[in-house]
Amino acid sequence: MDKPVNQKAWFLVLPVVLLVAFSAVIPLMTVVNYSVQDTFGNNEFFWAGLEWFDDLLHSDRFHEALWRQFLFSGIILLLEIPLGIAIALAMPRRGWTVPLCLVTMSLPLLIPWNAVGTIWQVFGRGDIGLLGHTLGQLGVDFNYTSDALDAWIIIVVMDVWHWTSLVVLLCYAGLRSIPDAFYQAARIDGAGRWAVFRYIQLPKMHRVLLIAVLLRFMDSFMIYTEPFVVTGGGPGNSTTFLSIDLVKMAIGQFDLGPAAAMSLVYFLIILLLSWIFYTVMTNAGRDRKARAHAAESIP
Amino acid sequence: MALTLDNCSRIVDGEVRLQDISLTLEAASLNVLLGPTLAGKTSLMRLMAGLDRPTEGRLLWNGKDVTGLRVQDRNVAMVYQSFINYPTMTVWQNIASPLKVAGLPRAEVKRRVEEAAKLLKLEPLLKRTPLQLSGGQQQRTAIARALVKGADLVLLDEPLANLDYKLREELREELPKIFAAAGSIFVYATAEPAEALLLGGKTATLSEGRVTQFGPTVEVYRQPNTLLTAQTFSDPPLNALPLEKRGDTLLAGEGLSWPATGPLAALADGRYILGIRPNHLYLKRPGGEALALAAKVAITEITGSESFLHLDFAGQRWVALAHGVHDLAVGSTAEVYLDPARCFVFDAGGALVAAPAR
Amino acid sequence: MAEIQLRGLAHAYRPNPQGPQDYALKRLDHTWRSGGAYALLGPSGCGKTTLLNIISGLVMPSQGQVLFDGQDVTQLATEKRNIAQVFQFPVIYDTMTVAENLAFPLRNRGLPRAEIEARVRETAAMLDLTATLGDKARGLTADAKQKISLGRGLVRRDVNAILFDEPLTVIDPQLKWQLRTQLKQLHKRFDFTMIYVTHDQTEALSFADQVVVMYEGEVVQMGTPEELFERPAHTFVGYFIGSPGMNVLPAQVEGAVAQVGGQQLQLPRVYRDLPAGARIELGIRPEFVQAGLAEGLAARVERVSDIGRYKVAKLSLGALPLNAVLPEDMQLDGDETRIAFDPAHLHLYVDGRIVSGEGR
Repeated sequence: MDKPVNQKAWFLVLPVVLLVAFSAVIPLMTVVNYSVQDTFGNNEFFWAGLEWFDDLLHSDRFHEALWRQFLFSGIILLLEIPLGIAIALAMPRRGWTVPLCLVTMSLPLLIPWNAVGTIWQVFGRGDIGLLGHTLGQLGVDFNYTSDALDAWIIIVVMDVWHWTSLVVLLCYAGLRSIPDAFYQAARIDGAGRWAVFRYIQLPKMHRVLLIAVLLRFMDSFMIYTEPFVVTGGGPGNSTTFLSIDLVKMAIGQFDLGPAAAMSLVYFLIILLLSWIFYTVMTNAGRDRKARAHAAESIP
Repeated sequence: MALTLDNCSRIVDGEVRLQDISLTLEAASLNVLLGPTLAGKTSLMRLMAGLDRPTEGRLLWNGKDVTGLRVQDRNVAMVYQSFINYPTMTVWQNIASPLKVAGLPRAEVKRRVEEAAKLLKLEPLLKRTPLQLSGGQQQRTAIARALVKGADLVLLDEPLANLDYKLREELREELPKIFAAAGSIFVYATAEPAEALLLGGKTATLSEGRVTQFGPTVEVYRQPNTLLTAQTFSDPPLNALPLEKRGDTLLAGEGLSWPATGPLAALADGRYILGIRPNHLYLKRPGGEALALAAKVAITEITGSESFLHLDFAGQRWVALAHGVHDLAVGSTAEVYLDPARCFVFDAGGALVAAPAR
Repeated sequence: MAEIQLRGLAHAYRPNPQGPQDYALKRLDHTWRSGGAYALLGPSGCGKTTLLNIISGLVMPSQGQVLFDGQDVTQLATEKRNIAQVFQFPVIYDTMTVAENLAFPLRNRGLPRAEIEARVRETAAMLDLTATLGDKARGLTADAKQKISLGRGLVRRDVNAILFDEPLTVIDPQLKWQLRTQLKQLHKRFDFTMIYVTHDQTEALSFADQVVVMYEGEVVQMGTPEELFERPAHTFVGYFIGSPGMNVLPAQVEGAVAQVGGQQLQLPRVYRDLPAGARIELGIRPEFVQAGLAEGLAARVERVSDIGRYKVAKLSLGALPLNAVLPEDMQLDGDETRIAFDPAHLHLYVDGRIVSGEGR
């Protein structure tokens, strides 16, 4: 639809532009500024050029944190997406149980993130935590403060508990939009549960799934609060993800230069990966739409 | 009060949706846009409404150029195929909504809503919401809402297509009277030739983005200026017989020949296409000079009072509409007759050369 | 193909039906011959889709039985009944090609690959889909998709019946013709039992050998298109079939004389013992009303519409509105005219149902 040009629109956008400028653009520019300078304290700054970036990209610590982050995001996606789909499939489609299920599913999403971290931190403790204590009783040696694997396990389980609901709700919405006639036709064709899932439900959930994957990827890549509250990045470095590492450097060591450089690199990585996802999504969408428009004779 | 389109075209992404449209719509007239799906009816209506801008050409309202005017500034109302009503408002509120937006005083709103409701027989339903209404009632609500504005231009995009055919018949009977009472310019898009004929007024036949003919409906039906117009305005499809005239003989495919009689005798030598409406393809020899040909029966469809005979002739599929029940066997050969006085004659380029006399 | 029998069938959507108004489908006993082409015709909400879903097994009837070739299938699930159903809008598997779509029902039943390929090719030839076999089903036009839906039913040999639920709804009007005649040709060639639900009289009458007209959950008349046209058993059938529908004129009848529209008319048959207080109406189709005669009943001409291949004259017989179908070349001049009714097609209805009189 063509919209006629109207200059008045710019005035409406102005307040938002100012707000975003103050809260995001100017701080970002400050970070860029820090990333190319060095200081020995006393507010004296020297131009350092790309020295920090160079250091960073060659630093083992950064590579390790990056690798840990990718591993984490990968595990999260592999667990949450199939689990979310499975739960969405199992949820009822009609009746009074529907709002009940929807509310139950939404509850984990409503809890503040550091509260989530605190819950699981206590939950996993061997002395007063229900999970930790039960595992201890069963003879399993579970200590997330000293064992790296246990720390990973508790963080992954916590994230799955916290965020799978988002995937569930998105997939459920996608499923609800499938007309009954498809299921009826599949029954008549003698298709089993798996065939119905593979040929009807999964293709129709295609778009929602892409959104779910994109959201979960971005969020898990930026994760900070929950693992920080539970393990603080420990034991040692084992759960120090990118953002935790960044904060350690910036606030812990007060190395503004390297920290600024790292946050810019971090920002660019997310931007690049999101752009890739977005392009894939819209290209697939456009391809479908273009063919459908050309072929279908229904307006 | 007249709407003129001056050489309008609309091209989107390299695709030609409309090409060289020039029309003038008079005040208080009913104009039917007839054409198959994707012929450009909806694109043309959106252009008239101001929802889209023409890539070329202008729109004039009473001589004034309104091409750049936004749809909100034009006095237009639109009714869609899928009955669009505000689902949470009652019928009364739905009909009143454009008047409330225009800021009319309460008493005036009340008067106009009741007038529209009476015209469309919605009085007992004013307190219901659209979800509680049947399809026909929802569409009446949408039409009432379009009329109550008193807009100068009211556009209806295949408004009856989603209704049961009997409801369609009833509404179709009432609509011309309602339109005549309103006094605006009405533009009604449809894909069914029968609907155009029943509504009357003027018809513009559209094909692939072009207006092939515009004039009083019955005239366009009886005097189509091209083969394309005749085909657009024919349901069941028009039968076309390519012929060559040499001297006194007419030659058709499959070695058929006939003496050139009646109006065909007066034609110059050359190639022509004969357009025969299904109900003018006879099973019994009509009086006068008729051309006979043999065709193979593909299938017959009996509709109680009439029979549709699908015939294969010279590689084409023809349809004959015969009165009464004729259950011809599939694969049998049927003798069918054409009356030259009742055929359309188009030249090789598709332009009309002769039409049946009234 | 199977013979389908309905015994004492009735259906109410609510668990405790109190009276006839709670029944979506009122009590029905009916047999559908094997290999017949049937149409279920009626307005929205008349119960035709409910009946179709009961036959296909998607709905379990609250009362009665459904039998296929004498076997009770009422409690049998849809997939075991071996029926094929084509829905209102095309149902195809987006991720598969046309060939894979057609092969799907056979793959689910575990048939050998060679046989699947042969049958897919055969079915595609039947439906003119051979050229598109390798294309993705998603990008095709609506009528091609409906053919694929139909093909998925035809590709199975063990199909008992093919059920159509308003299948031409989304098809372009220009293409409706083609698809309809193709369905009819398929039926003539292969003798499938086909049950076709629609609200469009042209579709129903041109497709079916027998049309079942339904109204408010009841079967009002069943017969060939010709029978429904010539002798409607119910005023609803007269109204619903025919464009315009049958004229229904309230009248007072004594023996062989009727008082209608303030005038007297001789009836072709004698009607005795008509119940007092009942609604008496004369029914005559517009096609059988002759106008512009030298003598006959006096009628006023309100409007003449030219429909192209015929004309429809709106007349008034006294205060009663009346339609007449005139041949395309006929001119009706003036405001008054004389009309007559074809005696063979003049029927009498008591409370909506036809009553046969005695010959004179």
